[in-house]
Amino acid sequence: MTAQAVISASDLSLTFTTADGPVFALQDINLTVKDGDFVSLIGPSGCGKTTLLRVIADLERASAGTVSVNGMAPEQARKARAYGYVFQAPALYPWRTVEQNVGLPLEIMGTADAAARVKRNLDLVNLGGFEKKFPWQLSGGMQQRVSIARALAVEPKLLLMDEPFGALDEIVRDKLNQQLLELWAATKKTVVFVTHSIPEAVFLSTRIVVMSPRPGRIIDVIETNLPRDRTLDIRETGAFLKIAQRVREGLKAGHSYED
Amino acid sequence: MPVTVVCLAILVAWYIAAVFMNTVVAEAKIEAAGGGLVNTLDISWSLERPVIPAPHQVVVEVWKTVFTVAPWKVKSLVFHVWVTLSSTLLGFALGTLLGIGLAVAIVHSKLLNKSLMPWIIASQTIPILAIAPMVIVVLGSVGLTGIFPKSIISMYLCFFPVTIGMVKGLTSPDPMQLDLMRTYNASGPQVLWKLRFPAAMPFLFTSLKIAIAIALTGAIVGELPTGAQAGIGSRMLAGSYYGQTIQIWAALVAASAVAASLVYGVGGIERVVNARMGVRA
Ligand SMILES: Nc1ncnc2c1ncn2[C@@H]1O[C@H](COP(=O)(O)OP(=O)(O)O)[C@@H](O)[C@H]1O
Ligand SMILES: [Mg+2]
Repeated sequence: MTAQAVISASDLSLTFTTADGPVFALQDINLTVKDGDFVSLIGPSGCGKTTLLRVIADLERASAGTVSVNGMAPEQARKARAYGYVFQAPALYPWRTVEQNVGLPLEIMGTADAAARVKRNLDLVNLGGFEKKFPWQLSGGMQQRVSIARALAVEPKLLLMDEPFGALDEIVRDKLNQQLLELWAATKKTVVFVTHSIPEAVFLSTRIVVMSPRPGRIIDVIETNLPRDRTLDIRETGAFLKIAQRVREGLKAGHSYED
Repeated sequence: MPVTVVCLAILVAWYIAAVFMNTVVAEAKIEAAGGGLVNTLDISWSLERPVIPAPHQVVVEVWKTVFTVAPWKVKSLVFHVWVTLSSTLLGFALGTLLGIGLAVAIVHSKLLNKSLMPWIIASQTIPILAIAPMVIVVLGSVGLTGIFPKSIISMYLCFFPVTIGMVKGLTSPDPMQLDLMRTYNASGPQVLWKLRFPAAMPFLFTSLKIAIAIALTGAIVGELPTGAQAGIGSRMLAGSYYGQTIQIWAALVAASAVAASLVYGVGGIERVVNARMGVRA
């Protein structure tokens, strides 16, 4: 039995109209994300990664083409709270404690077992014991984990993550990558993950989508086929390096006819 | 320490000014007493109707009218402070509600923003303090008397900073914080209560401190016309009718003490709210 398509985009384009003329943020994007996939979008700044994620999340409307999320239009999927979204910055509300931040979506949805869900998801990101702290009392890495717990609290099948670890140092990032992978394996969620780090993309993903800018488009899609229960050591293996090499070449090709 | 020094300097300047201002009217008296520095100081600091009363005269007057008279008597300063305070607080409450209501409307509708804003700004170009007497008389003629007309003047003056501050505060959440609400499919009221209002709190309190001080000004000015029988304003007016400068100054002292405690009170509430909202001390 083949896994069902969670996201499918066909001939998707998005053009922003700005004072300096049109910006072709996305052009003819075709992409299918299947149930249980971990798909990374990688590419240089400005290649439309965030925009693609935002179209899927119905935070932005496509100019042409179609997208479906769980078989629905993005707007319906958003209204059905089909996904959890992790932004590039933690975007915590500073006047709420950690547990109140994680509980925010549950308050809005009117969830009955909110307290238990908050606790469960804070434990999942190893933040048990920090419930009563305010965001400013936490490190950047912990804040981002709170924002992940907040997205998980919705208990969506689909997680959309926009460079969640982009602002963190490498050591914290490695640790969070490991944790995220364990979480993905444990919860069997579908993840679309934006990054511009090659090792991060290769380490996390089942599939890597390489993008290039002006116009934002997909130039390569790589199946990684690495074992699901991997550790950071896998980054030294030949298979890993080979995939990383292919990603690097894809990124280079995307740039070749510029500068 | 610097505060004490400044206060002392002001006191000294005040005593000196009192001498110069009062010797003019008390020249004859001083001469009759034989002149000289001691007589000059003694007489110019203890006139019954001085041009500028000496600080201790004001203190004595405040003491007498606060502590030696029952607070419900017309002679009591406490009574007058209460009259002014009650209309100040009513006007402040009304102004704050109006200010917040307008800000919410403006933030939620581009149309209202365009159509209301010019009127709100125009409203503040009317010199309400100058026409306050007229307003009070007009309201009185339609049966509105007591603290209500004064409160309306206060409200009219104090809603403006609240509206301006709250429009700024309600629009202060960044796009990411707003997008987050959208991903939860939050309703308009949910966004308002859970994001916009909490984010606006610092702006609100800044506005409230300004608003409560001008609400007091509004109430006092509202007491000046029609020869109001009670209130800080009426004390000042009565004082000036009868040349009771000491009484005017005592009323002034009461007004500034009330203003300071009101602003301080708002600041206190702000600290409590801040503590509950986890603001970094
Ligand atoms: N709201 C917007 N209005 C105009 N241009 C935009 C907007 N959002 C993104 N862009 C432009 O679209 C392109 C893709 O942006 P983005 O998706 O943020 O790229 P990435 O996330 O890959 O760095 C960039 O050139 C960016 O300047
Ligand atoms: Mg981006």
